Amino acid sequence: MTKEVQILEDVTIRFAGDSGDGMQLTGSQFTNTSALAGNDISTLPDYPAEIRAPIGTTYGVSGFQLHFSSNEVFTPGDHPDVLVAMNPAALKVNLKDLKKGGTIICNANAFDLKNLKLANYDTNPLEDGSLEGYELIQAPLTKLTIAALEGTDLSNKEVARCKNFFALGLMYWLFSKPIEPTLDWIKLKFKKNEAIQNANKEALLAGYSYGDNTELFTTKYQVEAAKLEKGFYRNVSGNEATALGFVAASVKSGLKLFLGSYPITPASDILHELSKHKNFGIKTFQAEDEIAGVCSAIGAAYSGALALTTTSGPGLALKTEALGLAVMTELPLVIVNVQRGGPSTGLPTKTEQADLMQAIYGRNGECPIPVVAASTPSDCFYMAMEACRIALKYMTPVLLLTDGYLANGSEPWKVPHENELPEIPTKFRTEVEGFAPYSRDENLARPWAIPGTPGLEHRIGGLEKANINGNVCYEPANHDFMIKLRAEKVRNIRNDIPDLEINGEDEGDLLVLGWGGTYGAITAAINKARKNGLKVSHAHFKHLFPFPKNTEDVLKKFKKILVVEINLGQLAKIVKSEFVIDVLQLNKVQGLPFKSSDIEAKIIEILGGK
Amino acid sequence: MAEVLNVNVKDGIKLTPKDFGSTQDVRWCPGCGDYAVLSQIQKVFPELGIPKENFVWVSGIGCSSRFPYYMSTYGFHSIHGRAAAIATGVKANRPDLSVWVATGDGDLLSIGGNHFIHACRKNVDLKVLLFNNQIYGLTKGQYSPTSEKGKVTKSSPYGSVDYPFNPASLAIGAEATFIARTLDRDIKHMQQMIQRAAAHKGIAFVEVYQNCVIFNDGAFEPLTDKETKADNVLVLEHNKPMVFGKNDDKGIRLNGLNPEVVSLTDGKYSIGDLWVHDEFDKNPARAMILASFQELEGFPTPIGVFRQISKSTLDGDIAEQVENITVKKGKGDLEKLLFSGNTWEVE
Repeated sequence: MTKEVQILEDVTIRFAGDSGDGMQLTGSQFTNTSALAGNDISTLPDYPAEIRAPIGTTYGVSGFQLHFSSNEVFTPGDHPDVLVAMNPAALKVNLKDLKKGGTIICNANAFDLKNLKLANYDTNPLEDGSLEGYELIQAPLTKLTIAALEGTDLSNKEVARCKNFFALGLMYWLFSKPIEPTLDWIKLKFKKNEAIQNANKEALLAGYSYGDNTELFTTKYQVEAAKLEKGFYRNVSGNEATALGFVAASVKSGLKLFLGSYPITPASDILHELSKHKNFGIKTFQAEDEIAGVCSAIGAAYSGALALTTTSGPGLALKTEALGLAVMTELPLVIVNVQRGGPSTGLPTKTEQADLMQAIYGRNGECPIPVVAASTPSDCFYMAMEACRIALKYMTPVLLLTDGYLANGSEPWKVPHENELPEIPTKFRTEVEGFAPYSRDENLARPWAIPGTPGLEHRIGGLEKANINGNVCYEPANHDFMIKLRAEKVRNIRNDIPDLEINGEDEGDLLVLGWGGTYGAITAAINKARKNGLKVSHAHFKHLFPFPKNTEDVLKKFKKILVVEINLGQLAKIVKSEFVIDVLQLNKVQGLPFKSSDIEAKIIEILGGK
Repeated sequence: MAEVLNVNVKDGIKLTPKDFGSTQDVRWCPGCGDYAVLSQIQKVFPELGIPKENFVWVSGIGCSSRFPYYMSTYGFHSIHGRAAAIATGVKANRPDLSVWVATGDGDLLSIGGNHFIHACRKNVDLKVLLFNNQIYGLTKGQYSPTSEKGKVTKSSPYGSVDYPFNPASLAIGAEATFIARTLDRDIKHMQQMIQRAAAHKGIAFVEVYQNCVIFNDGAFEPLTDKETKADNVLVLEHNKPMVFGKNDDKGIRLNGLNPEVVSLTDGKYSIGDLWVHDEFDKNPARAMILASFQELEGFPTPIGVFRQISKSTLDGDIAEQVENITVKKGKGDLEKLLFSGNTWEVE
């Protein structure tokens, strides 16, 4: 059957099912295939904290949204065009986000009485008319998968589990994607179990040809390759990019990497990734707790490693005291906080930006630590390198903030060549003559004199240090001096970081100010608003402490400033007090990234609608 | 061996204990047991065959944790309870260093308990010296996790209601590979224990019963007083029967799993009936029985090496894994890593 092929610019799909249905896998396969086919993409995995919540319930629903386009993409999409719902619960949870008139592809076999009841449906939505206005495609995915795999030695349960590959095959057909990348992946992934390998392969192929043969679809779609900058690309998630950035920093500084870390969602993937690359001389240490994670890293830094610890909000809280020690002992250390919903255990698998205050101020005493933040998944690579550069140059701990959305989301990344990356010069002190542990270079950094160096034996610790010689010192004037010296050292970093950039006019009616993972949503909103003739610009902080030195000049040139954050206004509060200006705020703390339409609506509200 | 002995030679002169002392004034109370430990460490260190610059002392918080300041080696006075975790990072990153932890009963067994048991479990090659004075000194006299139940202190005016930890049994239970105990007043014995700990590959835990003259004076007097010492202390020696008492007139017999104090003069038992100490016993059960003596009425307190076993270390295994993977996969190539996985070209 030949079907009409319609060209689209832009599609957002959400795959949704039980947390055991393999939706994350299905989504990431579709993502990689789309990326390889040249689309620009952005993804939003959204999964519950429970590994296997009771089957069929709404709280066990796992989703994966991806936005692919022939244009530049900034967000995972506000509203999906297509919802693939593997059961009633997935439909119930996700329907509200679907675009008006959007397409629902559901597994009709899963809409039995039991599952409807589990999802709290009184009547079957496929039959009661409640889905009117949507394009509803009911495909018996379970039955079709079983039929396709007839004659295999697998159990019924194992056969049924292949239905996500059937669904993926069908989606590949619907959006004219090649199936080869996934076939290759299946071969590699299940190389130890040939029966499962073949079953998944057959299910994928069957799904694809079902699209061709069924009368449910009259049209298939195609999204052409995006016109991206020339070069080699790969798809990268934020956590992966963070890990790669650290490997690069290790190579570029000539220092061995040491990661002390305790597993925590959503930061663990950085530990997983780095522990794969031991042939770079990388040592990873899975510590007994968060405190041991940072403390082992401090020990490694003291003894000459490029030392890291990775965590999320609650873990950062536990590391707090040790960070003070790193500040007092002036050792280079990078702490990654992949922010998640808080407070307390909060929303472990969801995103948030509510640890900014904790990062900048959350320690006892006057305890300045430079704070940087990544804006996109691939930017995590560069900000990881930047955090290492600052830590080593200024002998200071540095906090790198990412978030759950950046960490798990992915995008095509134009891969840099090794020789395009900056060197990170570092030097251990070896010269005995004139050595003093708390003497300073031109950056106010103290010398890094590591154990094993003859003649430089010295003692450091958490007690206040005398200027220059570093002995324990309770002298009032010395404490005052050292407090100010540590503050000045960190403040001076503002002269060594890029200026705050402005997207749009550098003066005007409204500046939207953001930081971290809201970059994509703000950019998309700004671009749209400006297309509609609104005078609005965007500035996005990557360095949050200290701020770039041109910050005040940038802010002064706008009549109004709107600070957009996934918290109750933490950056807003800092900007207000730092620059004594008033700002407007847009705050939404739902554990989800902003929709660009939310931001656009706020811009229109401020500037007057067009 | 000759080259090893020459390591601590500077300008042709062999280093002495004095060379390991720092310029800082020692600020422990006069009469504190910590002085004895410091001087024995300074005595033993020049003899260990380790270059001075390769020693690192890490400590937490408490009186004993000031220790690194009084040594002229590399030293890190950190935060409360975390010495073992920081030392683990030092050693894991740099297996070439000789890493020592100075810690107290509050620091190691209360706030730092978790790091301690995991350092034992992982067999990190650290030398941990526990200065056990059974009291909180630096915070001025509260009961500690090794204080006896019922102890009257500032925070327990009606007697403490806590049962104490037994540090030796805790270390044995956590699979430490070297467990020893010594006394601040028995400097010869302490020297031996320090030497043995230094020679051990893996975590070496040495509990030093240390007198706090201010807040818990005399806590170990029955073990150190000339008159009572022999009847209260059992000196453990490998392959030797467990004999103690003023005239070597008493011994320990093992009746199944039950230890018994027996007289060697009443004609019932002779030396051949006694428990013979085996430091290298693969089974931890007997070491655990030894550790339990302090809870048994009428039993002497053992000092010496309770147990020493040999297994690979965390720091050694990490380094070996890095080496093996590097041989197997080839030295890491950043360019290759960046371009690995599925890449595509946009022209």
